[in-house]
Amino acid sequence: MIELVWLIPLFPAIGFLFNGLIGRWFNLDKRIVSWVACSALGLSFLLSILIFFSLLQLAPEARAAVPDRILFDWIVSGELKTVIGYKVDPLSIIMALVVSGVSFFIHVYSVGYMHDDPGFTRYFAYLNLFVFMMLTLVLANNFLLMFVGWEGVGLCSYLLIGFWFDRDAPANAGKKAFVVNRVGDFGFLLAMFLIFAHLGTLEFNGVFAGAHALGPVTVTIITLLLFVGAAGKSAQIPLYVWLPDAMEGPTPVSSLIHAATMVTSGVYMIARCNLLYTMAPVSMAVVAIVGAATAIFAASMGLLQVDIKRVLAYSTISQLGYMFLAVGVGAFSAGIFHLMTHAFFKGLLFLGAGSVMHAMSGELDMRNMGGIWKKTPITFWTFLIATLAIAGIPGFSGFFSKDEILWQAFSSNHGYVYLWLVGAVAAGMTAFYMFRLVFVTFLGTCRASEEVKQHIHESPSIMTIPLIVLAVLSVIGGYVGIPHVLGGRNIFHEFLAPVLGGHPEGTGHAAFSLVQSAFASGGAAEGGGINMELVLMGVSVAIAIIGIFIAFYLYIRKPEVPKRLGERFKTLYTIVFNKYYVDEIYEACFVKGTKRLGTFFWREFDDGVVDRSVNLVGGLMLWLGRLLRRIQTGRVQGYALGIILGAVIIIIFLIR
Amino acid sequence: MNPVGFPILTAVTFFPLAGAILLLFVPKAKEEFLKWMALVISLVEFVISLPLFIYFDEGVAGMQFVDRIPWIREWGVSYFIGVDGISLLLVLLTTFLTVLCIVSSWRSVGRMVKEYMIVFLILETGMIGVLVALDLILFYVFWEVTLIPMYLIIGVWGGPRRIYAAVKFFLYTMAGSVLMLVAILALYFLHGKVTGEYTFDVLKLYQAVLPIKTQYLMFAAFALAFAIKVPMFPFHTWLPDAHVEAPTAGSVILAGVLLKLGTYGFIRFAIPLFPVAAFKAVPIISILALIGIIYGALVSMMQDDLKKLVAFSSVSHLGFVMLGMFAFNVQGVQGSIYQMLNHGVSTGALFLIVGMLYERRHTRMIADFGGLSKVMPVFATFFMIVVLSSIALPGTNGFVGEFLILLGAFKANPVYGIFGATGVILAAAYMLWMFQRVMFGAITHEENRALKDLNVREIVTLVPIIILIVWMGVFPTFFFKKMDLSVQRFLYDVKARYAAAMTATPEEGRLILAEDGNGSRVELVMQEKE
Amino acid sequence: MLSSIPPICYLIVSALIFAIGAVGVLVRRNAIVIFMCIEMMLGGVNLTLITAAHYLHSLDGVLMVFFVMTVAAAEAAVGLAIFVLLFRGRGTIKVDEINLLKW
Repeated sequence: MIELVWLIPLFPAIGFLFNGLIGRWFNLDKRIVSWVACSALGLSFLLSILIFFSLLQLAPEARAAVPDRILFDWIVSGELKTVIGYKVDPLSIIMALVVSGVSFFIHVYSVGYMHDDPGFTRYFAYLNLFVFMMLTLVLANNFLLMFVGWEGVGLCSYLLIGFWFDRDAPANAGKKAFVVNRVGDFGFLLAMFLIFAHLGTLEFNGVFAGAHALGPVTVTIITLLLFVGAAGKSAQIPLYVWLPDAMEGPTPVSSLIHAATMVTSGVYMIARCNLLYTMAPVSMAVVAIVGAATAIFAASMGLLQVDIKRVLAYSTISQLGYMFLAVGVGAFSAGIFHLMTHAFFKGLLFLGAGSVMHAMSGELDMRNMGGIWKKTPITFWTFLIATLAIAGIPGFSGFFSKDEILWQAFSSNHGYVYLWLVGAVAAGMTAFYMFRLVFVTFLGTCRASEEVKQHIHESPSIMTIPLIVLAVLSVIGGYVGIPHVLGGRNIFHEFLAPVLGGHPEGTGHAAFSLVQSAFASGGAAEGGGINMELVLMGVSVAIAIIGIFIAFYLYIRKPEVPKRLGERFKTLYTIVFNKYYVDEIYEACFVKGTKRLGTFFWREFDDGVVDRSVNLVGGLMLWLGRLLRRIQTGRVQGYALGIILGAVIIIIFLIR
Repeated sequence: MNPVGFPILTAVTFFPLAGAILLLFVPKAKEEFLKWMALVISLVEFVISLPLFIYFDEGVAGMQFVDRIPWIREWGVSYFIGVDGISLLLVLLTTFLTVLCIVSSWRSVGRMVKEYMIVFLILETGMIGVLVALDLILFYVFWEVTLIPMYLIIGVWGGPRRIYAAVKFFLYTMAGSVLMLVAILALYFLHGKVTGEYTFDVLKLYQAVLPIKTQYLMFAAFALAFAIKVPMFPFHTWLPDAHVEAPTAGSVILAGVLLKLGTYGFIRFAIPLFPVAAFKAVPIISILALIGIIYGALVSMMQDDLKKLVAFSSVSHLGFVMLGMFAFNVQGVQGSIYQMLNHGVSTGALFLIVGMLYERRHTRMIADFGGLSKVMPVFATFFMIVVLSSIALPGTNGFVGEFLILLGAFKANPVYGIFGATGVILAAAYMLWMFQRVMFGAITHEENRALKDLNVREIVTLVPIIILIVWMGVFPTFFFKKMDLSVQRFLYDVKARYAAAMTATPEEGRLILAEDGNGSRVELVMQEKE
Repeated sequence: MLSSIPPICYLIVSALIFAIGAVGVLVRRNAIVIFMCIEMMLGGVNLTLITAAHYLHSLDGVLMVFFVMTVAAAEAAVGLAIFVLLFRGRGTIKVDEINLLKW
């Protein structure tokens, strides 16, 4: 069964070709298109489940050593040999399950959401192409094939963000996404070159087997470069700017690509390369710091946004920061755990937002909503469940994953108490802005226009069923990772242990512990009789509840207060509301700078210097010609004089 | 060796010329017939070039399908042609693209159709001749033969500034070629003096032992001629003018094949004939190549004429080719050759696409377009695929070439690799921005609303290219197998000769040119560079 | 007696005739006069040839004179024919006014 792994990406590829070529050419009926697209995903998901169970049959140690399934040689040049090959191990199969499963439900949802769109077939073709690329990314057995999937999902992101291409905003957003991604890809490429230059192979098995031969500086550079790639794809500082703009795309796209799957590629990549990262504690520190910084920075921007999708976008960036924080402190399986739960609840949140838009006739601005919870019950309750999950309320999946991250940030060898602090504050902010979103959108008084109010209705079941499924997963999804301290077994961590390593210990010393050994609380589960983990857990739950309370107070009890606060702290408000003007700074520095450089080279140098010198040569010839043609006077006697003089001179020479 | 019975390579080389002569007898009024006949000739030419690919022996590193007839015996000139893994694929690219060029010229050549087709076919003979010639004089003849038809194509059937562009193209290229001729003759005489054999046979001349200072000069002469053709910065300014003024098919063949003649010249002649100079030239050429990549991309970004944009992007792409070539490792050189093919395919397609837009609206200015995806969806799809190939998206042919080049360059010198990789970002930026301004957004000009999508002829022109883009991207080994051994042999030869030249002790470096019985000698002393 | 006159006298005379003819070719404007000067140059050359033939006791010089005179006659005929045509075409025979080949 495991040898059939190559079929998992193949099904959506066939779906893409079918819908893209035949579907568009013959203008097939929407039902055929949606059946083909969804069943392709369904088959992938089914096959992933079957392979998962096959993998479970093996002993735990054997699971990470399943031989790769190689299809054929791809690029062979000199000592470089890369293949189209797939790897089945706990990490890749978990990713495949998450990707194919969540994709399947989002496909089903899209059938309802995109029903009236003229680009229906094109949409499903692109969506299938995307899943094909994403599955290639997670199942690849070598860096180059992973890069194929990496750029492929970037392409599909570009196509789907700019889906409604006849408008400027989506087209711009798509282009921005691709170019910023490319900056990240630049880092990935350089990392691959370095890996190949030192290890002579790009296959994961080969690289990780030979990695111990790498010097610490080399490994650090490689991992930092890989992180640049991850930062681009997973929207971390400073390459996150494309993600909020990506909300121009259809909402299911935002759900699938920019919440559940594509943006998580970076986390997957670092988890896959955990061996390399544990050899480079400096890189891990960088990853953790950037992750934590992103988490809090993005959360701060989410506090004030009024567009539902933008809030969710910044929330995604923030949650991705958490995942990077996790892998940065060595808790690789915690990062993947959060990736999975995040896929459930964030995917659900986006789909719910889409449902709200559907109900509110396309409205996205929170300020024009409110009080709709009675008319859209399923949407409301599933949205609430997801919000509780993301806020980290006990019992929901987000609690378990987020808490494990925060605990590891504090206690792991690579951990650092300030990282925990940043994470905890960001968690509070998360709870706040998410509940702000719920309160303003669903509760309170309805601020919509009369016409919109008439049309508020619940979405059709083809859209609500995926919501319900994801909501269930948002609750029970966390139970595979119940930490020991609460009496659970964390089978998730156990399952991934053969690939990601057991307890996050790393190489025995971490960057931070070199800095401040007093604060590096490595492995301190027990400190002075109190179980630190339980304490921190309680602290984070308390912070979450406080956040929810503040949101309740500001938006339900005393809705006038936010406005007054906004006026009191006007400058701060404006800066945060305008996302710290980062986009504007990038535009001025990079975009305009590059354009001006291009124009300079063109006008001043190419036309001015190079072409002018060429034309100068031509001009020189013309000038010389004009000078010399004066000899042609047309007067015969002049020529005769020339003859005579020449003859005289020659005779003089001959006589001498 | 020649597994096929008859001299197939001569046939492939001269068939277009024969076809052109046949066309001479057709009255010029019968334009449709002329077009169809030219198309048939080019299709037949493509078909008879296929056996070269099929029967090519991948296990042999040397020249195959060799034809050799002494031509001017007194001067050691012979008609000596052959292909190896490096030139084989370029020959096929030539025959393939010529067919597409003729199909794309169907409606756009308004007048003097007979002359146009004849000139095109002569050009094809010239191009193939350059690629297969193994005698320096023969090579030079074919090299010059490609100049005149191109000059005519630009100068007669081109745009408003065609005379300026054609003359510029001609004189620029000629200037370099003339210097190359001097170097060829110098090589001939030097080799003859040392070995006593006066010949222009390239394979023999590879073994020539030359004083190092002279090598530098001769390499510089050859390199100049080829650098102008490639075109390398700063000898590139003829290209934008030539492309803008040339008719569509002229641009396609110019970008698709003619530019490759320059890069091919480096691999076949400049480097193996003067290996020491070539190695010493690595920093200069690599830096110029890098400048070409980045400068070409930046200038391309700000163009407002579509054709000029693509022209500068050619400069950028060929910068990659030169970078890979002078990395002097297997990945770099193979990537370089593969990228030559890729560039021919994808940039040729880009020019075809721009030509299709021009045929509809008679403008090439980006500002005159906008929002075209809505009215021309099929066109948009083809255009998008070609753009993706140009920016080296994995899965397309462009990625395989660029990745190998950058890998090779990085292995040779990480700094070069890093700078070269920035080209990846810039390419995405300028191409996607262009695509967006032309195809996306709202329709800004009313005339654009009435544009027709692709007709059958245009689809027939583009589909083979799309197939190649995907095939070359997913199954590159199909093509790599042909060139593997030749590339390895090339690298081995060049490195071996370089090593031999650098380690020669003074005694070994002395060659006796003449000696009379009394003990006085004329010696050629090979000095080692400081 | 002829042989007592040193040959240099004849040579000087013929050189003078040649020089006058050459200057005339360069200076005069009327094409027919230029032609007459050319004939003068030829005459000077003839004198040199005969002098040489006489003082070197050889017949070669005399033979050359025949050739020169034949060529002079032919050239005069053709040249005058060209001048007639030129006059018909341009209406003038002044050499500095016939400058169609001027750049």
